[in-house]
Amino acid sequence: MRTHYDQADVARVVHRLGEQVAAGFAPDSPLSIIGVRTRGETLAGRIAEHLRRKGFTQIGRGILDITLYRDDLPDIGPNPVVRPTEINFDINGRPMLLVDDVLFTGRSIRSALNALVDFGRPSVIRLAVLVDRSGRELPIRADFVGLTMYDVPADHRVNVHFVENDGVDEIVVEPRS
Amino acid sequence: MADGADNRWTRKHLLALEELSADEIRFVLDTADSFKEVSTRSVKKVPALRGRVVVNLFFEDSTRTRTSFALAASRLSADVLDFSAKGSSVSKGETLIDTARNIEAMGVDIIVLRHQAAGAAHLLSRAVKCSVVNGGDGAHEHPTQGLLDLYTMRERFGRIAGLKVAIVGDIANSRVARSNLWALKKLGAEVILVGPPTLLPRSFEQLGARVVHDFDAVVREVDVINMLRVQFERIKTSQFPSIREFTRLFGLTPDRFQRCKKDVFVMHPGPMNRGIEISSEIADGPQSGVLTQVTNGLAVRMAVLFLVSQAAMGAAPAAA
Repeated sequence: MRTHYDQADVARVVHRLGEQVAAGFAPDSPLSIIGVRTRGETLAGRIAEHLRRKGFTQIGRGILDITLYRDDLPDIGPNPVVRPTEINFDINGRPMLLVDDVLFTGRSIRSALNALVDFGRPSVIRLAVLVDRSGRELPIRADFVGLTMYDVPADHRVNVHFVENDGVDEIVVEPRS
Repeated sequence: MADGADNRWTRKHLLALEELSADEIRFVLDTADSFKEVSTRSVKKVPALRGRVVVNLFFEDSTRTRTSFALAASRLSADVLDFSAKGSSVSKGETLIDTARNIEAMGVDIIVLRHQAAGAAHLLSRAVKCSVVNGGDGAHEHPTQGLLDLYTMRERFGRIAGLKVAIVGDIANSRVARSNLWALKKLGAEVILVGPPTLLPRSFEQLGARVVHDFDAVVREVDVINMLRVQFERIKTSQFPSIREFTRLFGLTPDRFQRCKKDVFVMHPGPMNRGIEISSEIADGPQSGVLTQVTNGLAVRMAVLFLVSQAAMGAAPAAA
């Protein structure tokens, strides 16, 4: 099992993901891109950048904080940090791209979908993730995947780091501490 | 807000601002920022407290605090039970603790208590297993009012540290003044208490405030004026001059307002005695934060209910 992907790897994976997304939507139609805090938000920014270079002109950007929608709130302890959700435009009737860094159990995405329902009714919601690892606990899948990992043990974490958040672009697979 | 939540909020009760650290106060204010956004959505509700029960246990009259807590709880999807002492078994002589334990036995998660006795919330927190939030105890503290006042000042000025805040009126009987004083000092503001000697004992200097009996001596220097309600129900007549004299000496009148800083921010916890401690044109004017305080109170109370309920549930360390 490979446990480290460096800056060049991340750039390649993001590019691959951006290409898939670009092929999945019409450049001249409105598109909402919503990133799940915190790394999903950064990734959403990079995808949006890729799409703009590809001629997409009507991109709306938003940030989703799913803390209040999590089904494991009782388990994550006394200190969940709740931060604002920023969706400052009408999401009704337009396609939406939901972006997160790692797809694992699917529970975060379930929470995100529940949260989005409170903001309106997009015509369609697609999911883009940088890494898809096995271990799904819900019937959820991604439409666009940068990198698929088939052999990550359940007791390992897949951590995506971005320059904007962590000072370095990398993907690290490591045992859960 | 900074990343990486360490153990910043571990209290299952909110009883008094005196016992909170500056970091804890900032954490509540930052959390309230996120909850304010919820109230701007078309669906003004999040499922964070779904299945929980919040009881408003009020032994004193209240409009704002009670409805604010009720609305905050329902925006978090909790069930809300409203209990007032009037028309209850309290009038048959049931004690506070018995009443609370009986209500708790119905499966309650958070009790919001307002009581005329200072220390009632502390007492209750030791007698029940659920969370207790102090909604005002005698002349002791009104922590959520203090928090929402600080939130509103921070929103207006972008900071608390360095602000000069005058709290004016009936200080001796005011829990709002005490909660404001504790929190403002912790976050680095300068607090000037203003009132007649009968309603503002010198002993307040020991709490770190400037004590001033002449309002006009400080109006030019303050950034915020927090006008307190004259609490006629608590004041003994010997402490109080005539209403007209009080207004002349300690009311925020148009004449006095003229001499304030150009960007002075006027606050009042409500309910206002218009024409006594504050004139209507100032209360309704552009420099008044009165209604903003009420709006922010909702976000602050959502944050408080959320944080105490999380702390009550989780002994586990925060996950990444």
